[in-house]
Amino acid sequence: MFHRRHFLGIEGLSRDELLFLLSMAESFREISERAVKKVPTLRGKTVINLFYEPSTRTRTSFEIAAKRLSADTVNITAAASSVTKGETLLDTARNLIAMRPAVLVIRHPSSGAPHLLARLVDCPVINAGDGTHEHPTQALLDMMTIRACKGEIAGLTVAIVGDLLHSRVARSNLLALTALGARVRLVGPPTLLPPEFRLWGVEMYTDLRSGLSGVDVVMALRLQRERQARNFLPSVEEYARHFCITPDVLAEAKEDVLIMHPGPMNRGIEIDSQVADGPYSVILDQVTNGVAVRMALLYLLATQEREQAEARSALAQELPMRRHAEALP
Amino acid sequence: MSIVIYGGTVVDPANELEGPRDLLIEDGVIRAVAPPGSLLGVGESRIDASGLIVAPGLIDMHVHLREPGYEYKETVLTGTQAAVAGGFTAVACMANTNPVNDNGAVTRYILERARAANLARVLPVGALSKGLKGEELAEIGEMVAEGIVAVSDDGCPVMDGNLMRRALEYCSMFHLPVSVHEEDVHLAGGGVMNEGPTALRLGLKGIPNAAEEVMVARDIALARLTGGRLHIAHVSTKEAVALIRQAKAEGLAVTAEVTPHHFTLTESAVEGYNTNAKMAPPLRRAADVEAVKDGLRDGTIDAIATDHAPHHRDEKEVEFDRAAYGVVGLETALPLALRLVEEGLLSLSAVLRKLTVNPARILGLPYGTLSPGAPADVVIFDPHRRWQVEARRLRSKSKNTPFDGWDFTGKVIWTLVGGRVVYAERKEEMGR
Repeated sequence: MFHRRHFLGIEGLSRDELLFLLSMAESFREISERAVKKVPTLRGKTVINLFYEPSTRTRTSFEIAAKRLSADTVNITAAASSVTKGETLLDTARNLIAMRPAVLVIRHPSSGAPHLLARLVDCPVINAGDGTHEHPTQALLDMMTIRACKGEIAGLTVAIVGDLLHSRVARSNLLALTALGARVRLVGPPTLLPPEFRLWGVEMYTDLRSGLSGVDVVMALRLQRERQARNFLPSVEEYARHFCITPDVLAEAKEDVLIMHPGPMNRGIEIDSQVADGPYSVILDQVTNGVAVRMALLYLLATQEREQAEARSALAQELPMRRHAEALP
Repeated sequence: MSIVIYGGTVVDPANELEGPRDLLIEDGVIRAVAPPGSLLGVGESRIDASGLIVAPGLIDMHVHLREPGYEYKETVLTGTQAAVAGGFTAVACMANTNPVNDNGAVTRYILERARAANLARVLPVGALSKGLKGEELAEIGEMVAEGIVAVSDDGCPVMDGNLMRRALEYCSMFHLPVSVHEEDVHLAGGGVMNEGPTALRLGLKGIPNAAEEVMVARDIALARLTGGRLHIAHVSTKEAVALIRQAKAEGLAVTAEVTPHHFTLTESAVEGYNTNAKMAPPLRRAADVEAVKDGLRDGTIDAIATDHAPHHRDEKEVEFDRAAYGVVGLETALPLALRLVEEGLLSLSAVLRKLTVNPARILGLPYGTLSPGAPADVVIFDPHRRWQVEARRLRSKSKNTPFDGWDFTGKVIWTLVGGRVVYAERKEEMGR
């Protein structure tokens, strides 16, 4: 049900592939609930996290996911700015691959960087966020979180609010949401909401109140403060006046609305603390689910073909929850 | 030394000639264009052009030869080897070398390298501004004395409207065209491909059509103001084509060129982060491709020029937004242009006009024709020969083509410059 060598984006994944990945992730979630949070599935394999951008949540999540599967992990934090002087991305990756990791996880400020590696190096690649393109593991964990709360994604109305132009989280999420049958609304100022988004079959709003009217889920996006310098916004404060998710504006949404945020949050700018910490917020569930999603992907990509059958049976024994074992390939 | 080229079909757009003719070349010039069979027993050397097209050598008014300064990408020698293999007998090379060709010494150096290479004619284009900085006029007169054929800050759009005005005025003294790279750098804003749904989906920063349109509009206004000769390089948008059409209708001295990649490819070539589809201006949408083709058809666009821009593999096998802008084009231009004939857009003669006499006239040069007395720059090609492009086999030092693996129809068999064979498909034919 998922036979790809790399996990580069949500784009191009079928509904069935997405549902399979989600059910895989759901079956892995249980491991993190145990007293001993570890299975031997990826023992003897190495996962390299190659991060060219600062990240706490995603890098830690991949690392914990790998460790709970008993893989060895190596974290490399590189400054992309040194690339022009030093080693190219491709050379760095080729050197790392020469040490035979099972999976290379990469985050990079350039859109398409994981695709470059997938094309030119011989190792499964997971995209942990590339430029303003995609952040596909984030979308999976968001789908998992919505499913856990709402059951089905099909038929829901989801508003994504903020800097749509530059958001890789928004791109991956709107692809996943539409593939799974949700209605998507994009809400933001026109400078950050290009009209071409219409081709994705989404509705667009520049007015927050009407954008949130009757929605089931609200995803707030992080506002990068440097957008002000490039004249996308007069000021962060003015952005907050129009687009901050406050308890007041949230009254427009459905009563059981879910509040999501990919983090890190700018409290008081894109989201009010009362909302972020309030009863509708599932922001920390997102983080918890992130580990399960990444465990599922690392498992799938690290145990390719021949090995997969072997690892599958070992894992099936490890997982006491038989109902989930059925979801395994 | 005399050569007869016999048995071929001569296409000489400058003379509205298309038909079976034999050609007599003596002392490096065209001596006679005669009915077939009438030059029997003449010529120390004879070239059998049966089934082939015999045309004036192609002229590319927009290439980057990278020498001096970037010899790892291309040299005058390798660039002209690529040129003659592609049927080009003259190439106008842009000034963005290191040092910049903004003074007579650099111009002289380039011409010395061209003499040493002794293949295609090399026609240096001088910088418009010192160091391509867009601030002060370069010493254009000094470069004219050494032999520049145009001025241009190609690669660095001139954002200062007053500087552009003065350049147009000043160059009129030398009857030099000012070739312009039309991209408002603020609107382009560091973009790496065409702005639109594809860029949005790929998460790449887009360059709107308006970045070209506003600059074309400004420079047409300045051509009107000054009476200067404005040549608009690598037109890529439908809006620019419309503005140029209007300027020509008004009678302004405005000319324009388009590259083969801009009339062949759309932005979809970027899919998969293909850095060999990254260039400035960017590949646009299908409506723009149709518009530039319309411009070629109705004469709004005078010339086909390659913007041959060699880059080393290490500058292309990188993240898309870090990759160098540009593609090589000298060895793929003719078959791509011939596709326009196959599509029925233009006659063979009309296509060759845009590759020969039109660029020659824009640059004020005596090439691009087979008129008796003209320099014997000739290309002989097989319009029906099918072949497949292999990037690694290109003669250019750089292999950055978006057409790797494409099937082409039309292949150069011989190229002559000044009556000397400088390229022959079969090596043993060299040195005639």
